[in-house]
Amino acid sequence: METFLQQLINGFSLGAIYALIALGYTMVYGVLRLINFAHGDVYMLGAFAGYFIANALELDANPSIFGTIVVTIGSMGICACIGVLIERFAYRPVRSHSRLTSLITAIGVSLLLEYGGQVVFGATPRFFPQMIRSRTYAFGGVQITNQSLLIIIVAVVVMFGLEFVVHRTKIGKAMRATSFNLSVAKLMGINTDFVIAFTFALGSALAAAGGVMVALAIPRIDPLMGLMTGLKAFVAAVLGGIGSIPGAMVGGVLIGLMETWLGATAYSTYRDAVAFSVLILILLFRPAGIMGTATTEKV
Amino acid sequence: MLTLENLNVFYGAIHALHDVSLTVNVGEVVTLIGANGAGKSTTLRAITGLLTPRSGRIVFEGQDIAGLPAHTLVARGISMAPEGRGIFANLTVVENLEMGAYLVKDYAQVKRDMERGFTLFPRLEERMKQRAGTLSGGEQQMLAIARALMSHPKLLLLDEPSLGLAPLVCHTIFTTIDEIKAAGTTVLLVEQNANAALKHSDRGYVLETGEVSFQGTAAAIAGDPRVREAYLGE
Ligand SMILES: Nc1ncnc2c1ncn2[C@@H]1O[C@H](COP(=O)(O)OP(=O)(O)O)[C@@H](O)[C@H]1O
Ligand SMILES: [Mg+2]
Repeated sequence: METFLQQLINGFSLGAIYALIALGYTMVYGVLRLINFAHGDVYMLGAFAGYFIANALELDANPSIFGTIVVTIGSMGICACIGVLIERFAYRPVRSHSRLTSLITAIGVSLLLEYGGQVVFGATPRFFPQMIRSRTYAFGGVQITNQSLLIIIVAVVVMFGLEFVVHRTKIGKAMRATSFNLSVAKLMGINTDFVIAFTFALGSALAAAGGVMVALAIPRIDPLMGLMTGLKAFVAAVLGGIGSIPGAMVGGVLIGLMETWLGATAYSTYRDAVAFSVLILILLFRPAGIMGTATTEKV
Repeated sequence: MLTLENLNVFYGAIHALHDVSLTVNVGEVVTLIGANGAGKSTTLRAITGLLTPRSGRIVFEGQDIAGLPAHTLVARGISMAPEGRGIFANLTVVENLEMGAYLVKDYAQVKRDMERGFTLFPRLEERMKQRAGTLSGGEQQMLAIARALMSHPKLLLLDEPSLGLAPLVCHTIFTTIDEIKAAGTTVLLVEQNANAALKHSDRGYVLETGEVSFQGTAAAIAGDPRVREAYLGE
């Protein structure tokens, strides 16, 4: 029972990260029907942005929760801008072309960020400063580090924030309208280019939060870190039902749980295979995902 | 109010509108009739900025608006209930109306306009909180019209509002068009149901494979033997 609870907690904190990144895939897909393959790399840039801010604030020497929050928000802001730039200069010019063109562009942007990252940051991993002193709380036999706790709290706060934005604010409603029917949204007077840019900003900010949170738990960061995590988060989005915001959250947590469970068995070397087996199974049996509806798909 | 001058619109290589010219005067209801594929929706899409014409002018209140981005035309006073209704099925009835009022800053005003919409279509009020996708076809059409009115348009474009609706609901839609006209909004209507449309219009144009083949007062069109044969089912 205790091991079960322990893995539930570990799975949740890993899943929360996948969920944060999966949200960006799903939102962009929602408005543009585009799989933004560069999204995992924005998560990597989020970790690097956090790294530079944390070093500038010398958080290694005086760790603090407040400093961590500043780093997270700073990195989110930087990545929001990067997301907007990617949309403006890579995706918008090809938006009226075929979907295949956009897809190839997305792969190109992803490679550019990965190898550009190696040029700029160097290929050797860097170590993220310890922004908060590691502490472990024990509840009965179950242990949770303050970092995992922070990851879960940040993820939950961010997701509630997102639900609020998407359902209660004008721009959020415009996002849902644009996602349902872009040309009719224009007929309402909605500047859909702005809505799309906003969607990229929001998704990229969430990925950045994911990047900083991961670095709390696993401080090794490198320019290719977005590759595997990005793919798994993408699978989480597909599992939840691509285009569905609650789906991305559920999908992320499920992938995190499955991975943690398998990691604790004799098959732990197959950890990374979990997400991809899941992908194959969904595509075979329920392509719409858990919360997706195949009928909302429009061409 | 609105004048199209020699409008040519293409879909890739398909020449959908050939030198289309037409005029809508302030306060009128003008009907565009024509067979399937004649170019009626294309004409409306060009007016709303969803399509950019290859050549020709679209003059609205003295300014050429051809090729301006669609979302900027709402502020100028053009609004459309598109073909197939185009409601946001994933949004509630109220949220759909809020989208129609996207450019209205004052929420108290939005509330008042919603009330006006509910007076026009009481059925919508009963379904306020419902997802629009769960509405019946007739209710969706009512929503599409009410939503288009939320921006206080000077010119309202309606693309086949009676399509697929039961006779009683069609009747409601056409009487609403009379009320909209009476309230001072100019209407450009596209209809396959030419008989009913002409009864509620001042003037009309007949489109045939992308060209205007006939124009005149509603009575003249309804009285023309060729039009009667081709479009009025006689
Ligand atoms: N998106 C499109 N791509 C290519 N051709 C189109 C498109 N939409 C309409 N058309 C063509 O343009 C012509 C006019 O269509 P439309 O304006 O929709 O007709 P109507 O509304 O009068 O039925 C038709 O021949 C139609 O096949
Ligand atoms: Mg049509």
